[in-house]
Amino acid sequence: MMTVDLAAQSVRDLNKALHECKDNLTEKEWVVTNPKGNHNIAVGLDADISVDIHGHAGYFCAGMNKTANITVHGNAGQGVAENMMSGVVRIKGDASQAAGATAHGGLLVIEGNAGARCGISMKGVDIVVKGSIGHMSCFMGQSGSLVVCGDAGEALGDSLYEVHIYVKGTVKSLGADCIEKEMRSEHVAELKGLLEKAGVDENPLDFKRYGSARQLYTFKVDNASAY
Amino acid sequence: MSNDTNNNPSLKESATFDRATMAEIRRAANTGIYDIRGFGAKRKVPHFDDLLFLGASMSRYPLEGYRETCNTSVILGDRFAKKPIKLDIPVTIAGMSFGALSANAKEALGRGASIVGTSTTTGDGGMTPEERGQSSKLVYQYLPSRYGMNPDDLRKADAIEVVLGQGAKPGGGGMLLGQKITDRVAQMRNLPKGIDQRSACRHPDWTGPDDLAIKIQELREITDWEVPIYIKVGATRTYYDVKLAVKAGADVIVVDGMQGGTAATQDVFIEHVGIPTMAAIPQAVQALQEMGMHRKVQLIVSGGIRNGADVAKCMALGADAVAIGTAALVALGCNDPKWDEDYKAIGSAAGFYDDYQEGKDPAGISTQDPELMKRLDPVEAGRRLANYLRVLTLEAQTLARACGKNDLRNLEPEDLVALTVESAAMARVPLAGTNWIPGQRF
Repeated sequence: MMTVDLAAQSVRDLNKALHECKDNLTEKEWVVTNPKGNHNIAVGLDADISVDIHGHAGYFCAGMNKTANITVHGNAGQGVAENMMSGVVRIKGDASQAAGATAHGGLLVIEGNAGARCGISMKGVDIVVKGSIGHMSCFMGQSGSLVVCGDAGEALGDSLYEVHIYVKGTVKSLGADCIEKEMRSEHVAELKGLLEKAGVDENPLDFKRYGSARQLYTFKVDNASAY
Repeated sequence: MSNDTNNNPSLKESATFDRATMAEIRRAANTGIYDIRGFGAKRKVPHFDDLLFLGASMSRYPLEGYRETCNTSVILGDRFAKKPIKLDIPVTIAGMSFGALSANAKEALGRGASIVGTSTTTGDGGMTPEERGQSSKLVYQYLPSRYGMNPDDLRKADAIEVVLGQGAKPGGGGMLLGQKITDRVAQMRNLPKGIDQRSACRHPDWTGPDDLAIKIQELREITDWEVPIYIKVGATRTYYDVKLAVKAGADVIVVDGMQGGTAATQDVFIEHVGIPTMAAIPQAVQALQEMGMHRKVQLIVSGGIRNGADVAKCMALGADAVAIGTAALVALGCNDPKWDEDYKAIGSAAGFYDDYQEGKDPAGISTQDPELMKRLDPVEAGRRLANYLRVLTLEAQTLARACGKNDLRNLEPEDLVALTVESAAMARVPLAGTNWIPGQRF
C-alpha cells in the first residue's frame, strides 16, 4: 500500500504517480491523507487500482476516471467524477453540485446527499444516492441510471433523453418532458442490480420510475411553451 | 428604392419593409417557428475592408517583396504547457463538428492544414479517427455538451480549447437536427438516432471564472501539463472576458467575432448578437496589455477572415494568429457554382446556400448523406484548402513587407488607417488623412 500525504506532497505529485500506474503498475492500493479540500485529486486515472482519500475533497475529484476504484472518506466538492468513463467512485459523505456530470460509464455512489444538478447531462453512468438530490438533477440526461433513495428537488429530469430515474422519496417537481412511468419487471430487476452493486439495502418495489415523455425530441411549435 | 423587377420607376419599395423583410414575415406567419440556418452574419457590418495599410515610402523602409524574408510562424501556448504548438503560418482552422460536417470534410480540413503546417480543431461531437489521423496539429474542443468527450482523445490532442461561446451565437447553445443524426453520429454522442441534439449554452460542472480556473487546472492535471489550454469566447464584452480568461489561466485566447459561422442557429441570433471582429480585437489587446500579457498569452481572432489583407489587419491590430471556418469550407467547395442546379433544386443557389442544418448540402460538406458525401474527395479538397492557406499567407507577407516588417507579428496599429468614422472608432486607428481616432484625444 502506498500512502501520499497531501500535507507534504502536491496534487501534481499525486496525480503524476497515479497516472504512471497505467504503464507501470507497481502498487494497486493507494491511500491519500490530508486532502483538506484540495481540488482535482485523483483525476484522469486509467489503471486497475484503488485510491482511498481520507478527508474531504474539493472540485472535480475523480474527474474522467477510467477503471480505478476511488473512495472519498468525507465530502466531495463540485463535479465529483465528472465525465467518468468506468470504474467505481464512492463518496462516504455528501457531494456538492454537478456530481457525475456528463459521466459516460462506471458507478458513482454517494452515501450522503447530493447537491443541485446531480447527473447533469449524464451519458451512461449509473449513479446511486443514498440520501436526497438537489434541483435540476439529471438535466438533459442522455443515458444510464440515477437512483435516489431519498427525495429529489425541483425540475427533476428536465429535457431528459433516455436516463432511467428511480426515486424512493418525494419529487418536488418534474422538469419539462419528464414523467412518471410504469415500473415494470425489467425495471425492478435493473434497480435491484444497481442497489446491490452500490451496496444499498433498499426494496426496489418502494421506488417510482421517471423517464422522458419524448415529446421534445424534435422541435414542434406546439410545444413552444415547454422550451 | 425603385422596383427593378417590374421596370416601373413609380413603384417605391420600403427601406424598412423591403421584400426580404416581408418574405420573412410571411415565412414566420406560415410556419410559426423562427428561421434556423447556418453560415454567419449576412448583414453588412464594419469590417476589415474599411481599413487600409500605410505602405512604406520616405518615412518607412520597405522590404524587398521576393528576396527578403518575412516570418510567418508563431508559437502558441508557451505560458504553462510543456509542448506548445508551433504553427508555420498564423492561420488556423476553427472548430467545426463531425456531425455538422461530413467525415470527408473533416478529413480534408486536416489534410489541408497539415500540408501547410497549421492546426485544425475538432467541434461539438468529439474527435474522429479521420481527423486525428490527417491533422498533424489538432486542437480538441471542450464544449458544454461534452459530446464524445473522453480522456483518451483528450490526451491525443495537441491543445485543448475550452469553448465558452462562438461569434455567431454568443450566449447560445447549439442544435444538430435529427436528419443529420446517423448511426455513427448518434453513437459518438450517446443519443438515439434521428432526434434533435441540443447542445447546452453553459458548461454543466462549473459556473464563473473562479470555477473555470479550477477546471483548467483539472484539464492540465489529466494531461500532465503537456498541452496548451485555449479559451474561446464569442465577441461581446471582450475586454472583460479576456481579462477573466487570462486570470483563469488560459494559455491562448480565441475571440470569435459576429461574422463567424455556425452549422445551425436562429437567424435572429446570428444577425443580432455580438460585435464585429474588428471591434473586438482592440478590446482584447487592451486587456492583455494592461495585464502585461500581450504576446505572452497569445490571441487568435476569427470571424469573417477572407484574404491575406484580413489576416494582416488582424495581426496589425495585435492578434498572434487568425482562425478561419467559412472561408475554409468555401475553399473545400461549399457553395461552388458547379453544383448550382442541385442548390436550386433544394430552393437555394450557389453562393447563397446556408441551410447546413438540413443535411442536404450538394457539395457533400455539411451533410451525413452517404451519396452526397462521396462528392467531396478529401485529398483533392485538402489540396485546395492548402492552396488557399498559402495564398492567405503570401498576401499577408506582401503587405507586411510593404510596411517594412520582417515578421507578420511586427505589424502594428500604426500601419493602419480607417476609411470610415465607425471603423476608426472600432479599430482605434486614425481616419485616413487625419490623426483623429474617435473616442480618443488628439
